[in-house]
Amino acid sequence: MPAFEYAPAPESRDLANLKPSYRPFIDGEFVDGGGEPLKTVNPATEEVLAEVSTASAADIDTAVKAARKAFEKTWGPMPGSERAKYLFRIARLIQERSRELAVLETLDNGKPIKESRDSDLPLVAAHFFYHAGWADKLDYAGYGPDPKPLGVAGQIIPWNFPLLMLAWKIAPALATGNTVVLKPAETTPLTALVFGEICQQAGLPPGVVNILPGAGDVGARLVEHPGIDKIAFTGSTEVGKLIQRQVAGTPKRLTLELGGKAANVVFDDAPLDQAVEGIVNGIFFNQGHVCCAGSRLLAQESVAEELLDKLRHRISTLRLGDPLDKNTDVGAINSAEQLTRIRELADSGEAEGAQRWTSPCPVPDRGFFFAPTVFSGVHQSMRIAREEIFGPVLSVLTFRTPDEAVAKANNTPYGLSAGIWSEKGSRILWTANRLRAGVVWANTFNRFDPAAPFGGYQESGFGREGGRTGLEGYLSV
Amino acid sequence: MSERVTVAKTYKLFIGGKFPRSESGRVYPVTDSKGNFLANAAHASRKDVRDAVVAARKAFPGWSGATAYNRGQVLYRVAEVLEGRRDQFVAEVGAAEGLSGRRAEAVVDAAIDRWVWYAGWTDKVASVLGAANPVAGPYFSFTVPEPTGVVGILAPQKSSLLGLVSVLAPALATGCTAVVVSSAERPLPAITLSEVLATSDLPGGVANILTGRAAELGPWLASHGDVNALDPTGAEDRAELAREAAGTVKRVLAVPADEPDWTQRPDIARLRRYLEAKTVWHPMGV
Repeated sequence: MPAFEYAPAPESRDLANLKPSYRPFIDGEFVDGGGEPLKTVNPATEEVLAEVSTASAADIDTAVKAARKAFEKTWGPMPGSERAKYLFRIARLIQERSRELAVLETLDNGKPIKESRDSDLPLVAAHFFYHAGWADKLDYAGYGPDPKPLGVAGQIIPWNFPLLMLAWKIAPALATGNTVVLKPAETTPLTALVFGEICQQAGLPPGVVNILPGAGDVGARLVEHPGIDKIAFTGSTEVGKLIQRQVAGTPKRLTLELGGKAANVVFDDAPLDQAVEGIVNGIFFNQGHVCCAGSRLLAQESVAEELLDKLRHRISTLRLGDPLDKNTDVGAINSAEQLTRIRELADSGEAEGAQRWTSPCPVPDRGFFFAPTVFSGVHQSMRIAREEIFGPVLSVLTFRTPDEAVAKANNTPYGLSAGIWSEKGSRILWTANRLRAGVVWANTFNRFDPAAPFGGYQESGFGREGGRTGLEGYLSV
Repeated sequence: MSERVTVAKTYKLFIGGKFPRSESGRVYPVTDSKGNFLANAAHASRKDVRDAVVAARKAFPGWSGATAYNRGQVLYRVAEVLEGRRDQFVAEVGAAEGLSGRRAEAVVDAAIDRWVWYAGWTDKVASVLGAANPVAGPYFSFTVPEPTGVVGILAPQKSSLLGLVSVLAPALATGCTAVVVSSAERPLPAITLSEVLATSDLPGGVANILTGRAAELGPWLASHGDVNALDPTGAEDRAELAREAAGTVKRVLAVPADEPDWTQRPDIARLRRYLEAKTVWHPMGV
C-alpha cells in the first residue's frame, strides 16, 4: 500500500525568535565568553543558525564562583517553600514559551517538530513542576530529617534531548537546594541559552543557574574544577568512564547516565500490530538518538518472519525529511560526525554478514539524514548487536525459549532499558524480573515521566533521575 | 602428667562454600596484639580473587532470586549460629584486637545484633525504597530496588568482626553476593565467621572470604569486569582503586577516611548503595 500523499505542513521558523548570536549565561547575565566561538548548524539544511560565544577557563571559574556565592548567600539559605515558587514560575514560563522553544529545538537538533512539541517540551515543563513540589517536602523523601544539598553541581548534557536533559538535571538540583553550572552539548546550545532568559524572567537569583556553552574541553574543565561538589553527566559510556576516573579520589559526588543497547523482546503471544508500533517508536523515535532506544529486537522464532514483514511495511510508511514539517516522523541526524558513525556501524553489519533492509523513503539532498534501516540475521557477536549505534538502525535477533530471550537480552555490559511484548501477565512479570535494566517497558516503549525514576545498571551508569529516588543524587545522604 | 595439647586449627579461605587453601600456596603468620603467634593464614592471590568472583556470580541468580522472606530467614539463622559460637568469637576478637574479656564480649554482642538488624531488612527495603509512580498517563508504573550484583568488599583493618559484619551483612541483605578481603593483620575472626556462614543455610558462593592484603588484592577486585560494586573501606590507596573501578563503571562506596566507630547504629545508606532502582511500565486499558 503506498503511503498517503500529504501537503507540506511546516511550522514557521520565525516562531523560534532566532538571534544571530548567543552568549553564556553567568551570574544572572548574558556575557561574552572568552572561548573560541562556535557556529551551530541546522542539521536538516546544514545552514548556520547562529554564532555562539563559548566559555573559557576563566569563565568557568567565574561561573563556579557565582554558583558558590548563590549557594551560600541566597539559594542555600532560602526556605524550600520559596525555592519551590521559583521552580513553579520556571515551569509556567516554559509552558508559555513552549512553541518558541519547540521550534528552536527542532532547528538546532533536527528532531521532528511533532516530537519537540508533543514530547520534549511537555516533559520539560512537567519536570520543573514535579520537582518544584519537592523543594519544601524533602523531610518526607526518605533520606532522614532535613537532608542537606551538596553545593554546586556541574552538569554536562548531550545533544539528543537538549532542553529535556537540562530539565532532568536542573530541576532536581534546584529543588534540593543546590546551584548549577551546566554545559549544553556543543551542537545544541540554543534552547539552554533561552532557558537562561527564562531564569531572568522568573527572577531567579543571580548565580543559581549558569549556562556555559562549549565543546568537550569546557566539560572536562568543569569536571576537574575544585569548586564543584557534584558532577552529573549524561552521554556516552566512553566519556562517562573518563569522568568517573577523573572524579575518583575526590570528594565530588557523581551520577552518570550513559549508553545502552536495549533488548526489545517480542514473545510469540504478543499483540503483533501493537508490538510493531512499539518497536518503531523504540528505535526511530528521535532518529534513534536515544540512550534507551530499543536497538536490539529479540523476536521469538515462531513469529519472527511475520513480525519482520509487518515491521518493514510499517517502517516504509514513515516520513523522513524536514523536521519542521508537522507530518515528519523521522528528522535529521544531529551532526555530520554522528552520521559518519552510524554509516560506519551499519556498514560493519553488512560486512559481518547481517541482512540489511532500508526503508525506500526519499532522502533529502541536503542535510544529515539516514533512512530507517533494519538488520536481520544478526548474531550476538556482531558489532551492530553489541555497540550503541545511536541512530535509526534496528538489529533483529531471534530466540526460542524465554530463558534464551533473557540470556540474550542481558548479554551486554549495558543495562539501561528493555522492552517486553506479551499478552500474558505472568510472563511479563517473570521477564521484567530477570532483565538487568533500570527501565522496563512492557507492551509499551519510551515512556518518561518526572515521577518515574530513570537510569541504568552496569555500564549504563549509576544514579537515577526522576521520582523520589532521583533526589538522592543531589543530597548529602 | 603433661597438659593436654590442644588441636590447632588450619585457617583457610572460604570460596564457593568450601575451604580451599590459597592456590598460590602462600601463607603468612598471624599474631595476637602482643605479638604471639596464633596461626598461619592463607595469603590469597589474584587467582583466588578470580575464583571467588566466579563463585559469587554463580550464586547471584539463586540468592537474588530467593524471596526476601527466605533471605531474611537464612540471614537470621546466621545470627543464631553466631550466638552459639559467642565464646569462641570473644576469645578470637579479644586476641586479635587486644580487648579485655568484657570489651570483647560487647563487640561480639554488637556484631550479632548488627547481623539480626540487617537480616530484618531483606523484606522491607522494597517497601521503603520502592514506589508506585503516579505518572501522567494511563500506565501502571512501579519502581523496585534490586541488588546490583557481585560486590567486592575490602573489610575494615581494625575491627575484625563487628566491622566485618557491618560491611558484609548489608550487601547480603540486599540480595547481592560478595567477595570479601578480610583484615590483613586480624583475619582469624573472619575465617571463623566463614565457618558460621558455611554451617548456616547460606548457599555456597553467596559470601566468599579471603585472607590476605587489601593492597595486593584490591586492584584486581576494582578492575574485575564481573564485579558490580566496590567497598574500599579496608584499603589505603582508595583513589587508585576508584580509578580502576571507573573502567567498568562500578559503584564505589564513599567511605570515611578513617575507620568509623562501628558501635554506632547504622542507617540504610549501605543498603541503598547496593541497590538499583528498576522502573517497570505497563499500559492500563480494557
